Amino acid sequence: MSEAAAAKPRPAVDFLKIPENGDPYLEGHKCKACGSMYLGERTTCAKCGARGQIEAVKLSNKGKLYVFSIVYRSFPGIQTPYVSAIVDLDGGGTVKGNLIGVEPDPKKISFGMPVEVVYKDALGRKDREGNSYLSYFFQPAS
Amino acid sequence: MSEDVYVLGIDMIKFGRFPDKSLAELGAEAALLALDDAGLKIQDIEAMWCGNLMQANNMVGQQVLQQIGQTGIPVVNCANACATGATAFRDAWLAVKAGAYDVVLAVGVEQMGKGLLGGPGGSRGIPKEGLLGSMTMPAVFAEAGMEHSRKYGTTFEQFAKVSVKNHHHSTLNPKAMYQIETPLEQVMGAEMISYPNTKLMCSVNVDGSAAAVLVSERKAKELGMKRAVKIRASVLTSDPWQERDLVMPDVNTCTRLAAKKAYEMAGVGPDDIDLIELHDCFATAEILHYENLGLCKDGEAGALIDSGATTIGGRIPVNLSGGLLSKGHPLGATGIANIYEISTHLRGEAGKRQVPNAKLGLTHVIGLGSACAIHILEKAA
Ligand SMILES: [Zn+2]
Repeated sequence: MSEAAAAKPRPAVDFLKIPENGDPYLEGHKCKACGSMYLGERTTCAKCGARGQIEAVKLSNKGKLYVFSIVYRSFPGIQTPYVSAIVDLDGGGTVKGNLIGVEPDPKKISFGMPVEVVYKDALGRKDREGNSYLSYFFQPAS
Repeated sequence: MSEDVYVLGIDMIKFGRFPDKSLAELGAEAALLALDDAGLKIQDIEAMWCGNLMQANNMVGQQVLQQIGQTGIPVVNCANACATGATAFRDAWLAVKAGAYDVVLAVGVEQMGKGLLGGPGGSRGIPKEGLLGSMTMPAVFAEAGMEHSRKYGTTFEQFAKVSVKNHHHSTLNPKAMYQIETPLEQVMGAEMISYPNTKLMCSVNVDGSAAAVLVSERKAKELGMKRAVKIRASVLTSDPWQERDLVMPDVNTCTRLAAKKAYEMAGVGPDDIDLIELHDCFATAEILHYENLGLCKDGEAGALIDSGATTIGGRIPVNLSGGLLSKGHPLGATGIANIYEISTHLRGEAGKRQVPNAKLGLTHVIGLGSACAIHILEKAA
């Protein structure tokens, strides 16, 4: 095993933050002028055009399922079925990801159901150098 | 206001799979058909717009001219996702409208592989598909449809009925990829790709081309108005900011914006339109666009498909060509092929699928990312 592979996992996306000390979280970027929320850094607001008004904020780990699809056919090598979900986080920010811990059956999934964001290994996926990645998932919350 | 612009010649090849032909050959076929339809030669064309997406860096328009006549005219190659063909048509319209030319050519052409559209997600790190949800097109449009289900209770069966209808229409269109009836049980029972879109609810990836000759009013009068089609409105929009659009591409707002502008430009309303070709890239999408284009009130699209109003013989027939679902969806050609379908009805030449006394028709395409193009066309004579 290479040195890199033994190191701590990297974030699957830039807006997933892994602090040195503390729990991983999702980061949003909020426009101070109009309040709109973005994933990923930017300098200018796409809604109102304000410049230099964007600040990083910690997104909530709780939210509600907005919509979903159950994916049966994907690109070669991608395991199916899985639930592709769009979640509105409490306090702002909409994030897309896999909904886990539910049967992939439309009757078992309801719009608006409460979910929580959990952080796990990225389904064993590694990059060319053999690095492991940490990703986020949604699961039903009580 | 400057003078009106007319479609004088327009045609498309039968959509299909042509792996042995080059992209330029496919484009040339439609271009020659359109010239013949207009009764003109390539020497009459003053400028050309060529829409193609997958080989957008290959000077496809010039390649087409190398097949049919290199006359030295200006050529603009354009790419705008699935709105590519309509964008080529619109920019050709703009140039004539501005008075720069009297006779121009717009060509849309595409050669597609089989399989899923949409990227595997990101070149850095690890693949995101199936890890952070799905960015395949069937899933993206499934989620867009599910938003309608969430708001209004639209059912899997209602979405599926769109496919039943459009496949039925294509049995009357010899230029469609397929001429096969697909009953409801077959559509709903087909392989599930991304719930609620089954395989028969996804547009067909095909090769194809379509082309149009656009002329100024002066030229139309000189050459004959009998089969001319007047362009009453041409509108292009991009996607205005929406709360969820970073993770959920929004095909609704840009369509509503374009529809509003197009109806205003033409001075008509949805009730004045006799037939529509809209962007049914997936069955779920057609339901959304019923409301986006004002064919019914918000929340009533499910009832509209149930009522049969959008089926041939109905109040406002939609996608009589078979639509992208059954005629096929060669990305760069689709926008002009839709205009061909409407023009054919306005000319009274649509055979068994003809809308009686069609006077006014509307075309709509969406390129995800996003671009929306709408044209309103009118029978000229
Ligand atoms: Zn702002």
